[in-house]
Amino acid sequence: MNKGVLFKIAKTHLLARKKQTAIAALGVTFGIGTFIVLISFMTGLNGLLDGLILNRTPHIRIYNDLKPSAKQPVELSAEFRHAEHAIYSIKPKSSQASIHNNQGLMHALRRDARVKGVTPLITSRVFYMSGAIQLNGTLTGIDVLDQARLFDFQNYIINGKPENLANTTNGIILGAGVAKKLSLKVGDYIQFVSSTGGQFRLKIVALFQSGLTDVDNVQSYANIKTVQQVQGAGSSYVTDLYVKLFDIEESKPMSDEIARTYGLNAVDIRTANAQFETGTSVRNMITFAVSITLLIVAGFGIYNILNMLIFQKMNDIAILKATGFSAGDVKRIFMYQAMMIGIMGGILGLILGFFFSWLISVSPFETEALPTIKTFPVNFNPLFYLIGTTFAMLTTFFAGYMPARKAGQIDPVEIIRGQ
Amino acid sequence: MEILRAENISKSFHGDVENRVLQSVSLDVKQGEFVSIMGKSGCGKSTLLYILSTMDSDYKGEIFLNGELLSNKTPDELAYVRNKHIGFVFQFHYLLPEFSVLDNVMLPALKLGEKSKEEVRHDAIEKLKMLDITELAGKLATQLSGGQKQRVAIARALINEPQIIMGDEPTGNLDSRNASIVFDIFRELCAGGKHSMLIVTHDHDFATKSDRIIQMADGKIVS
Repeated sequence: MNKGVLFKIAKTHLLARKKQTAIAALGVTFGIGTFIVLISFMTGLNGLLDGLILNRTPHIRIYNDLKPSAKQPVELSAEFRHAEHAIYSIKPKSSQASIHNNQGLMHALRRDARVKGVTPLITSRVFYMSGAIQLNGTLTGIDVLDQARLFDFQNYIINGKPENLANTTNGIILGAGVAKKLSLKVGDYIQFVSSTGGQFRLKIVALFQSGLTDVDNVQSYANIKTVQQVQGAGSSYVTDLYVKLFDIEESKPMSDEIARTYGLNAVDIRTANAQFETGTSVRNMITFAVSITLLIVAGFGIYNILNMLIFQKMNDIAILKATGFSAGDVKRIFMYQAMMIGIMGGILGLILGFFFSWLISVSPFETEALPTIKTFPVNFNPLFYLIGTTFAMLTTFFAGYMPARKAGQIDPVEIIRGQ
Repeated sequence: MEILRAENISKSFHGDVENRVLQSVSLDVKQGEFVSIMGKSGCGKSTLLYILSTMDSDYKGEIFLNGELLSNKTPDELAYVRNKHIGFVFQFHYLLPEFSVLDNVMLPALKLGEKSKEEVRHDAIEKLKMLDITELAGKLATQLSGGQKQRVAIARALINEPQIIMGDEPTGNLDSRNASIVFDIFRELCAGGKHSMLIVTHDHDFATKSDRIIQMADGKIVS
C-alpha cells in the first residue's frame, strides 16, 4: 500500500483547481477564524463582567440583620400555649449592629482551610458638609490592604493608591461623584457629620469610582479605626465580615454552616447574584452555537466542491480503478483532498482568528465601570485554538467522507461503456 | 502454456425482460499469443472483455489467470490482480490530464509499490524509449495527439510487466498510420513472448494480422 501515490494524486488534483480549493479552504478559514474571535472576545468580556461583580463581592457576607424576634413573648407563656395568637404591629428587636466577639470569629474563620481571607467592615451613615450644603453619604471602614488583596479594591481607585489610606490615620477615599459635587480633589480636606452628631475632618488620599453612579455619589472609605471613632464605638465594633474562599462552590454550604453555628446572618454569593451565572452560561452557549453553525456551513462548502470534483473526475477514477487502484484507494485520495483543504483553511483560520483577537485586544475600550481597563478584554486561551482545530478537522472529515465513499464505489465499467 | 482461461461465462442484465448478454462463453489465451475478438455491436464482446479484465465481477462461470481462480476473489484482491498482471488499453480513456506523461506511466507501478521511486522512473523511461516517445516524458497528457496518447497508454499498461494486455478498440479512434504503429507495437510485444494480447476490435485488417480471431455473435462464440 503506497500512501505516497494517493497523496500525490490528491495534491495534483487540488493544485489543478487552485481557485475551487481556495474557496473551499476559505470557508473553513472563515469558520475557524470567527469561532476563535467570537469565543475569545465573549469569554474575555464574560470574565470581565463576572469579575466586575464576583471579584468585589464577598463569597460570604456575615452581618447582624435587623428583624423581629422569631418568638414573641406571648408564645413563650404557658398560659396561652393552646390559644390563637394575634399580634399587631410587630417591631424589629433592638439589637447591636456590631458582630459579637468578631475577633474570635475572624480568628476561627482564618484557621479554616477553605478560607482565603476574612476582612472586617463598618458601615455608618454620614452627612458630607460643604458650606451650607449637606450631602447624604455612607462611610465604610475597611482594612484597605485586605480589601485590595481579596477584592481587587485597587481596580476602582483613581487618582491615588490604596496604600495611601493605610499610611494615613485621618485619610479618606472619597467617591468620585461626591468629589465632583463638592469640587474636591485629592489632598483637600472634607468635613462631615456623623449620625451621632460629631463633626469630623478627613484628608482625601484617593478617589473611588465603581461605575455605579448611585454608589459613587454617596460612598467613601476610611480606615476601620477612623470609622470606629466617628461612630463613637470601641475597637471591637464591626458590622460586617467579608469572607473570600478558595473555591466559590463552597460558599453556599459554608454560609449555612456559619449561620447555624454562630447565629448570625450569612449570605453566600450565589444567592446574592443568582442571575449572573445564568447570563454567563447563556452567552457561552450562544457563542458556541454560532461558531459551530459557521463550521458546519464550511463543511457544506467542502462537501459541494468535492462532489463537483468527483463528478468532473469520473474518467480519472475509472482509469485509476482499471489500472489497479482499489475502492479504498480512490476513497482515500478524496479524503486526503478534504483533509488538505481542512488543514490549510484551518491553519489560516487560526492565524486570522489570533490576529483579529489581538486587534480587538488593543482597541481602546473606556468604561466608567472599570477605570483601570483601557482596552477590550480578550481571552487568549490556547484551549479555544485546540477546540477550533478539532471541530474543523471533524467537519472536513465528515463533509469529505460521503463524496469520497461515493467516488470509491464508482463502477469503472459503467463510465468506460458510457463513452 | 495458458495464461488466461475462461469457462462457461454467462451474464444477463436484469430488467423487465431478462437479457442474456453472454451465454456459456469459454476461451483461453496462451502465452505470447495475439488474440482478437470480433463481432457486431452489442454481441457482448466488450462485456466479455470487462469480465475477463476483472473490472466486472457480476457474472456466472470461472476465470483462471495463470491457473489461479479469480471468480471468488474480493474487489481489493481483484484490484491487485489488475495492477500486477493485467495491462489495459482503452479506446477513449487515455490518461490522467493533470499529470505529466512520465507520471501517468509511473502511477500503476508506484501503486504496486514493489520498486523504489527511482527504479520505477527508470522503468518508465525504458518503456517510453521502447515506444519511441522519450521526448514526451515531461509533457502534460493534454498536450499530446491521439496517437501519442495511445502510445503513452500502452507504456502505462506495460509498466508492471503484466502477462496479458487487454484492449478495447485500442485503434478505434486512430488514423490508419497510428493504428498500424500501435498494431506493430502489440505484435512486437507478443513476439518477445512475455506478454499476451487480447484485443476487442472492429478493424478487420487489424484482426486478420493477429494470431487468432474469436468471432462472437449474440453472446456466443461462433468461431
